[in-house]
Amino acid sequence: MKYPLTIAAIALAALMPPAEAAALRENGDPLDSARWSEMRKAFLAGAPVLFDPRVKVIAPSTAENPMQVPVTVDATALPGVVEVVVFADFNPIVQVLRFFPEAAPAFLGFRVKLQQSTPVRAAARTADGVWHVGGAWVNTVGGGCTAPSAAGGSKEWQQRLNEVSGRQWSEGPNAGRVRLRIVHPMDTGLVAGTPAFFLEEINFTDTAGKRVMRVQTYEPVSENPVFTLNRGEAAGPLEASGRDNNGNAFKARIAQ
Amino acid sequence: MKRLACALLMLLASQLGAADFDYRLAAVQVAKDVYAFIGKTEDFTTDNGGNIVNTAFIVAPQGVIVIDTGSSLRYGQQMRRAIATVTAKPIALVINTHHHPDHFLGNQAFADVPIAALAETRNGIAADGNAFAENLFRMSGDWMKGTEVQVPSRTLSPGRLDVAGRSLRLVALDGHTGADLVIDDEASGVIFAGDLVFNGRAPTTPHADVAHWLAALDRLEALTRESGFKLLLPGHGKPTSDAAPIRQTRAWLSWLTAAMRESAKSGLDMNDVLARPLPAEFADMPLAATEYRRSVGHLFPAAEQEALGGKP
Ligand SMILES: [Zn+2]
Repeated sequence: MKYPLTIAAIALAALMPPAEAAALRENGDPLDSARWSEMRKAFLAGAPVLFDPRVKVIAPSTAENPMQVPVTVDATALPGVVEVVVFADFNPIVQVLRFFPEAAPAFLGFRVKLQQSTPVRAAARTADGVWHVGGAWVNTVGGGCTAPSAAGGSKEWQQRLNEVSGRQWSEGPNAGRVRLRIVHPMDTGLVAGTPAFFLEEINFTDTAGKRVMRVQTYEPVSENPVFTLNRGEAAGPLEASGRDNNGNAFKARIAQ
Repeated sequence: MKRLACALLMLLASQLGAADFDYRLAAVQVAKDVYAFIGKTEDFTTDNGGNIVNTAFIVAPQGVIVIDTGSSLRYGQQMRRAIATVTAKPIALVINTHHHPDHFLGNQAFADVPIAALAETRNGIAADGNAFAENLFRMSGDWMKGTEVQVPSRTLSPGRLDVAGRSLRLVALDGHTGADLVIDDEASGVIFAGDLVFNGRAPTTPHADVAHWLAALDRLEALTRESGFKLLLPGHGKPTSDAAPIRQTRAWLSWLTAAMRESAKSGLDMNDVLARPLPAEFADMPLAATEYRRSVGHLFPAAEQEALGGKP
């Protein structure tokens, strides 16, 4: 695997601005995480891996509320992304989500629960089988007077489980953007007495029934998840449908 | 590497500044028989030990009325010693203006005297006190040693309060938290505004209801227009003889809510909102960037939900 990858890296570097090409590398985790090799084995085994600045992970360097850390993955500078897996090295449950940007740009915003300071990474697989990895360190030892976040949690979900609210923007600087919020507790199962209860799958389809994007979500996604997609050239309403691990399904139309 | 250097610097700073855990509290006389301890307009650090808050006391005919007790047992103890250098009178009553830790964690040093607060403040301290204290242990370190939560023993209701030969007017407002007590000491003309007012430091919003807070500021400003008014003591920042800090707090909160609403309406994601630059008006205000970042976490989700058409 070593030789073909080096050739791929050189070929890629030739196509990129010098600063980005310098950042492109095959080994040596730029985030210096002790768990990188474990992560690589778990998620990217047997495939070539490249640290690639074209896969951007945007997150606050200090998270005020570790239960709702905003993360934006933007791999739109990388052509031909088939799948993106997001994980956090030091989280008790490492895998956050996977998305398959079938007919949409490789872009997704969401929020995540972090137990401690950790790299948050996105690995984007291109059609040639190469994983392009980007990431950011998020420090969770910030804080201030922020209360123990919603101690006990809201019980909103009991009446409104899987209720979807959302909107698309068709003009302005955010034209083509879709945002939605789904009422769900997203329980990790790590709190004694509360079994894991979380959304597993969300599909976005256009009015013609064509799938725009598929998202697989896991326990670390925050309570009452909020997602941001870029649809590119938006056309008509978008349907969001999916289910949680207990088989509760939902379907909602997000109007334009 | 950068992180390591930062940690080392912080360690060094804490050892230089905090070795004796002395807050060096100095009572400043702000009116006849009224004194204040003015904290720094900083965030909690291992260097300042949490001396970032204003506390105060009134020397009344038959005893001392203490208003807020600071951020730790050590603060409360040192405050009590500093009061004793001003007057030999006993402490008659301690009042907590609201349930934030920098205002009540010194209560322990006054455990032998009545401590009073509004009902909701008492409940808030009982419910969240320990979590707050843990948070401050993390931010202020050993300054917090031995600090335990002392829940106020008495409930205050709005209106007239006669204590130790002094008549106070208690005004129960809310918005910074669910219960914010304003104390109008008519004899001196001093209004103790608690954290409804910040002066020269960006306001904190972890439990804020901004609409209520803005209404409370209007009430407060009306109080400063009454004939007896002489001095406004904010919860953080310097006292003033005018209502300027009320207007400053209002300007910040108005801008903040408008920014959240407008960001949500135009489709911004939380990371986009965090990346927004501060307006020039607030760019130089201490802790503006930090409190903005925190406030986005506290206030943007509700604005977002409204923009997405969800039920509140
Ligand atoms: Zn406060």
